[in-house]
Amino acid sequence: MILTLAFRNLFHDRIRLAVTLVGILFSIVLVAIQLGMYLGSSQMITSMIERSKSDLWITAFGAKSFEEGGILLTSRERHQALATPGVKAVVPLVVAFAEWRKPEGGSTRVVLVGTDAEDGALEPWSLVAGTWQDIKSPDAISADDTYFRELGINGIGDTAQIAMGRVKVKALTHRIRSFTQSPYVFTTLSRARSLLGADSDKATFYLVQLEPGANVEAVRHELRTRLEGAEVLTKDEFRDRSLRQWLFRTGAGLALIGGALLGILVGTVIVAQTLYSSTKDHLNEFATLRALGSSSGYIYKVILAQAGLSAVIGYILGILISLGILYISRNTPLPLVMTPGLAGALFGLTLFMSAVSAISAIIKVTRIDPAMVFNR
Amino acid sequence: MTTPVLEAVNVVKELGKGAGKVQALKGVNLALVKGELTLLMGPSGSGKTTLLSILGCILTPTSGIVRVEGEEVAGKNAEELAELRRKHIGFIFQSYNLFPTLSALENVRIALDVIGRKGYQAALRAEEVLREVGLGNRLKNYPSNLSGGEQQRVAVARAIAASPSVVLADEPTAALDSENGHAVMALLARIAKEQNRSVLAVTHDPRTLGYADRVVRIEDGLIVGEERRPQGLDAPEITDLTKRRKANA
Ligand SMILES: Nc1ncnc2c1ncn2[C@@H]1O[C@H](COP(=O)(O)OP(=O)(O)OP(=O)(O)O)[C@@H](O)[C@H]1O
Ligand SMILES: [Mg+2]
Repeated sequence: MILTLAFRNLFHDRIRLAVTLVGILFSIVLVAIQLGMYLGSSQMITSMIERSKSDLWITAFGAKSFEEGGILLTSRERHQALATPGVKAVVPLVVAFAEWRKPEGGSTRVVLVGTDAEDGALEPWSLVAGTWQDIKSPDAISADDTYFRELGINGIGDTAQIAMGRVKVKALTHRIRSFTQSPYVFTTLSRARSLLGADSDKATFYLVQLEPGANVEAVRHELRTRLEGAEVLTKDEFRDRSLRQWLFRTGAGLALIGGALLGILVGTVIVAQTLYSSTKDHLNEFATLRALGSSSGYIYKVILAQAGLSAVIGYILGILISLGILYISRNTPLPLVMTPGLAGALFGLTLFMSAVSAISAIIKVTRIDPAMVFNR
Repeated sequence: MTTPVLEAVNVVKELGKGAGKVQALKGVNLALVKGELTLLMGPSGSGKTTLLSILGCILTPTSGIVRVEGEEVAGKNAEELAELRRKHIGFIFQSYNLFPTLSALENVRIALDVIGRKGYQAALRAEEVLREVGLGNRLKNYPSNLSGGEQQRVAVARAIAASPSVVLADEPTAALDSENGHAVMALLARIAKEQNRSVLAVTHDPRTLGYADRVVRIEDGLIVGEERRPQGLDAPEITDLTKRRKANA
């Protein structure tokens, strides 16, 4: 009966119900967009690190992110690392921002990733045209099909210039997006070095792969003592560091989280307001319930059920709209991401928001005087 | 003499604060026994509703003693008073106080739900009491689709659904026309007698006199008189009603 009464109270005033639902829906969509952008950004920031097959990352001291590692490591560090017990392979990677001169004139910035796929640590994934063999051919690079306009190219076969040299688009990746908005361009390790004018023994990172059964912490400790000019990070640490750099040093993450909090706040206020006015309208009924001997807990349950029902309905509508926006955003530079975890968290958030909203209404009925049943 | 189910001894009740403070009850003694319909009559402002609220454990007396089924009310908090109400007392109000968004059946069911009686058995019980008050064919109607008399009968069904030992009614006929008023009073008399329950109805409607076993008069916060009425001897209104029915036919 609690649910029945809550349901009827809710649907009794359709306009107020609409306002409540719009409030919940608005906040869910806002929070979903903000957190979806946050997740989308995180995935973009960490995609290279996530895709790499390595247990430990050796970086120059103070490397802030995947894109900002410098080209500072030398073969000395590589050999020291290779000589460390438990280390199976040490794969060099060159990553740097570089100027891209468009074929038709003008320039933009790209992130050049030099890697040898044969080493088995990182290779361009989701190739939709061309192969790794094509990228190995003279002057070849791969570009991403979402960035044709920024790069001023139309597809395979186009030529451009990166930093010091001419390059030819020989392969295409699909939707490998970059948080910095500088497109990722893959090429071989040696070509990356020569394009960037770096010595042939230099690298940005060494990706360390361990022997089976080796203890990550022990190897890391050993590497740290051997490599004085470098940092040794686990994959998770490096990922977190990149995230921190791009999301928090730049303020982007705070803006997204701030937007989400604002959404929660506005939603809570709207729901609290409508729930309070609904409770006020039904005060006589609550007083009657009280006169009939109901415990105050019973009445709270009716109010909470009203809040919960609004939450469930608002959530379903909100998620549907969010999924629509998600679908529309899939080809934009910042596609939104929705995970089952986020959907679950949003549901929890909606319930929490509604429960908080119910507080003012509950305080109102706590003050109810059952004697009012006689005076109307 | 049977022991009273509800008893007020020397009850004083002050209402309001400061300059607006009023002594609504000035030392009331009253005992209600099972099987009787008692009418509480008196002028406006004499303290009828106040006394009913105190007997019904909605208000507590400023001083004096109230006992429900032998249990003293003094010192109980709001939750404990609510428990006393749901265990022993049914209420009927002048303006019915039905839930407009619930059907007749649901209005009765919620009163059972409140006391913890749920599910199919509760639904059966609700239907049973609605049949008892003659609304077996109105179970699904909402209050807005029921006449005033029918609404008040739903309220009566709601009040007796949990089989309380006391039913308290505040001006149950005031909003009803004469015919419906009589029907509701007849119903109250019946539920007092047939179900061996004590019913107290506040009224200043002389048409209701014929149904009473006992009439208590209150004035200015004090009981000023009491009479017992031999049943079935005078109910002139009933005769009037029959006459009118015939005239209408
Ligand atoms: N909340 C209150 N605060 C102050 N005084 C009150 C309050 N409620 C009632 N009173 C006063 O207490 C007295 C008794 O009121 P009560 O409502 O019991 O009268 P009543 O006999 O039911 O009258 P009526 O026939 O008009 O319903 C009246 O003088 C009334 O003005
Ligand atoms: Mg009154």
